[in-house]
Amino acid sequence: MKTQAHKPLLSRVANAVYWMGRYIERAENVARFIDVNHNLMLDLPSGSPDQWQPIVDTTGDHAEFEKRYGAATQVNVVRFLAFDPQNPNSIYSCVLAARENARSVRETISSEMWQQINTLYLLIASAGAQTVPDSLPQFCHTVRMACHLFQGITEVTMSHNEAWHFSRLGTVLERADKTTRILDVKYFILLPAVSDVGTPYDDVQWSAVLKSVSGFEMYRQRYGRIVPERIVEFLLLDNEFARAVHRCIRLADTSLHTITGSPIGSFACAAEQRLGMLRSELDYAHVDDVLAGGLHEFFDTLQGKMNTIDECILGDFFAQTPTGASGD
Amino acid sequence: MQFSAYETGGFYDEMFEANGLPRPHAQLLLETIQSLSEGQLLRYKHAAERLLLQMGITFNVYGDSAGTERIFPFDLVPRIVPADEWDRIERGLKQRVHALNQFIDDIYHEQRILTDGIIPRDIITSAVSYRAQCQNLNPPWKVWCHITGTDLVRDRDGQYYVLEDNLRVPSGVSYVLENREVLKRIFPAVFEGLSVRPVTEYPSRLLEMLESVAPHSAGSPRVVLLTPGIYNSAYFEHSFLAQQMGVPVVEGRDLVVTGAGVFMRTTRGLKRVDVIYRRVDDDFLDPQAFRADSMLGVPGLMAAYRAGQVTLANAPGNGVADDKVIYAYVPDMIRYYEGAEPILPNVPTYLCWRDQDRKYVLENLDKLVVKAANESGGYGMLVGPHSTLAQREEFARKIQAEPRNYIAQPTLGLSRVPTIVDDHFEGRHVDLRPYVLCGRDIYVLPGGLTRVAMTRGSLVVNSSQGGGSKDTWVLAPAHAAAEGSQQQ
Repeated sequence: MKTQAHKPLLSRVANAVYWMGRYIERAENVARFIDVNHNLMLDLPSGSPDQWQPIVDTTGDHAEFEKRYGAATQVNVVRFLAFDPQNPNSIYSCVLAARENARSVRETISSEMWQQINTLYLLIASAGAQTVPDSLPQFCHTVRMACHLFQGITEVTMSHNEAWHFSRLGTVLERADKTTRILDVKYFILLPAVSDVGTPYDDVQWSAVLKSVSGFEMYRQRYGRIVPERIVEFLLLDNEFARAVHRCIRLADTSLHTITGSPIGSFACAAEQRLGMLRSELDYAHVDDVLAGGLHEFFDTLQGKMNTIDECILGDFFAQTPTGASGD
Repeated sequence: MQFSAYETGGFYDEMFEANGLPRPHAQLLLETIQSLSEGQLLRYKHAAERLLLQMGITFNVYGDSAGTERIFPFDLVPRIVPADEWDRIERGLKQRVHALNQFIDDIYHEQRILTDGIIPRDIITSAVSYRAQCQNLNPPWKVWCHITGTDLVRDRDGQYYVLEDNLRVPSGVSYVLENREVLKRIFPAVFEGLSVRPVTEYPSRLLEMLESVAPHSAGSPRVVLLTPGIYNSAYFEHSFLAQQMGVPVVEGRDLVVTGAGVFMRTTRGLKRVDVIYRRVDDDFLDPQAFRADSMLGVPGLMAAYRAGQVTLANAPGNGVADDKVIYAYVPDMIRYYEGAEPILPNVPTYLCWRDQDRKYVLENLDKLVVKAANESGGYGMLVGPHSTLAQREEFARKIQAEPRNYIAQPTLGLSRVPTIVDDHFEGRHVDLRPYVLCGRDIYVLPGGLTRVAMTRGSLVVNSSQGGGSKDTWVLAPAHAAAEGSQQQ
């Protein structure tokens, strides 16, 4: 096979496509969380306590929310998570940030990608003006499909070059993060203690967890009955389901090795080492051990590791200084 | 939409003769437009606007805190330049750019043209855009103006004049390419039966030219485009051109100068850069050489340039010929360096530093257009016939205070093109900006940016002043068109 000389990629551009990928993935996740929760609320008997607080918790911005909004009512949560320009993780802010990143690398991405991200931005900018959309499910659906379309366009119109791998790296790390968070929050609510495993569970609620990650049908095919332990196994350790943490980490690992050119199983930089360690941990993990050690504790550690990987990527690729000068 | 009520209003109309009959080259276009069903043209217009917004072909409005992006108004009725007219424009531009290049090189070396008394020396040294830092610089192949966007206008008699040369960082070529793209997508029928010369080759020509002026040592040169960043009003164009050429867009912070040359910060360390198509003004290029407070520039860039480690396009210092007083001497430069009469004349220009000219200008402010020697974008300008007494008094004071800094020209009755206004056609004044690339040889893009003053009666076409644009069709010569159709 002919080897291709690498076209050098600007650190700033690598950084921008990485965040473009992350923000689009984040926007899609938030839209999905809102949509599924809204749907779930309609299934619960009237008078059931509101389930909007956990959604805020999954974003990790609960302190900010409490300070500015107080009660976790549907209107407040939707406003905060979808349209609030002051919330950096709202759908609005994510789309804006994704577009600004895309705009700064318009020469690197395909014009089809740019047009799609721009279309999404125009949609959000016009929806933002009315604050709460007429139809929440319709709005969420439109945002999600627009994000999926962007990811699909990216897949087929951009060469799977170094920049593309940075975009995918951002996308799958964000995806893993979001799956981790939704599972952590929901599991804590539904099964607060390890001793609760095996007690009667709420089929509707657990189905909602799966739907939160577009995983209901794929779970059914894989395991059939709704069993919390299997759900954890599926969302955490499956190697085929696109939103499973294990799957995401493996893809991230592949992309990172493609970027550096070092073989899988070895490492050329700190990010690669950390990511490789996490990958092999998940490769050989067993769900029983995870549950026995406490799921929440496991997630806490996992989050910490993913944050470290993110920081290492920054240091290894995005912050180049003249000390690294090469003659070429 | 019909042209039956259309009036040329005593101006040179690009589509109609003075007697109201269509010009022969516009006949077919008029028929196509008039054959559309009622309302169709307006539907096309709205579709084009949506498309432009979706494509993000926008410019940023300065001073607007919301970071508003606007589309550059685009009128669907194209402007046609017949082949014989274009032939003269092309020859005239090549001659002019060739002479300007020699002039700039002369100014930064022996200054023969000053010694020979063709241009007064103090006009050069008092020019704001003269850069003493560029003295004795030797850009590869002695090219100083790699990319030029000359502004041409036509007066009532249909004669083309050069209004400005725009040698520094001319913009707008992306609109030439995108306007064509949009018109082809929205209203393809309008091209049928005509041989409109394509404009798509511009990015390839640009890249070829940039690579051809790389420092002699560079084997396979690496070209980058230097932008002030995404908030610059022309950022769309920067990213568009880079994308079409397949070269990186860099900001000042992406580049670093070491003793060995200019490098960009990549994911695999620092990589050498050979040619910089810079869209940053001279003043902001290098805080060590020009403005020390520049955050956009690259410290040490001019030193690397001087050492021949990198080529800058356009060459710093070339703006000296953009000074509107020096512009007035371009016909003399052509005679001096080319030994020929200018093919394209200048607009007659009064230089206020000359006592006689100044006297005339002050007495005729209500008839003239007065311009500051170093402003562009329609700023610092008085359009006499449209001015108030207070404005004329203000300019009279300015002229007397700084005569060197002002020139005046007769108010031209710029030619007009039918333009969609609400639900009918009205004549609007236009200019024409062709793009010229100069490397080892000179190339003129067959097309250009036709800017339109969208307001009735207005002569100011600048986008910053609410101007719009039109697709500009250069027709292939009749014999070439016949050959072309046979090949298909």
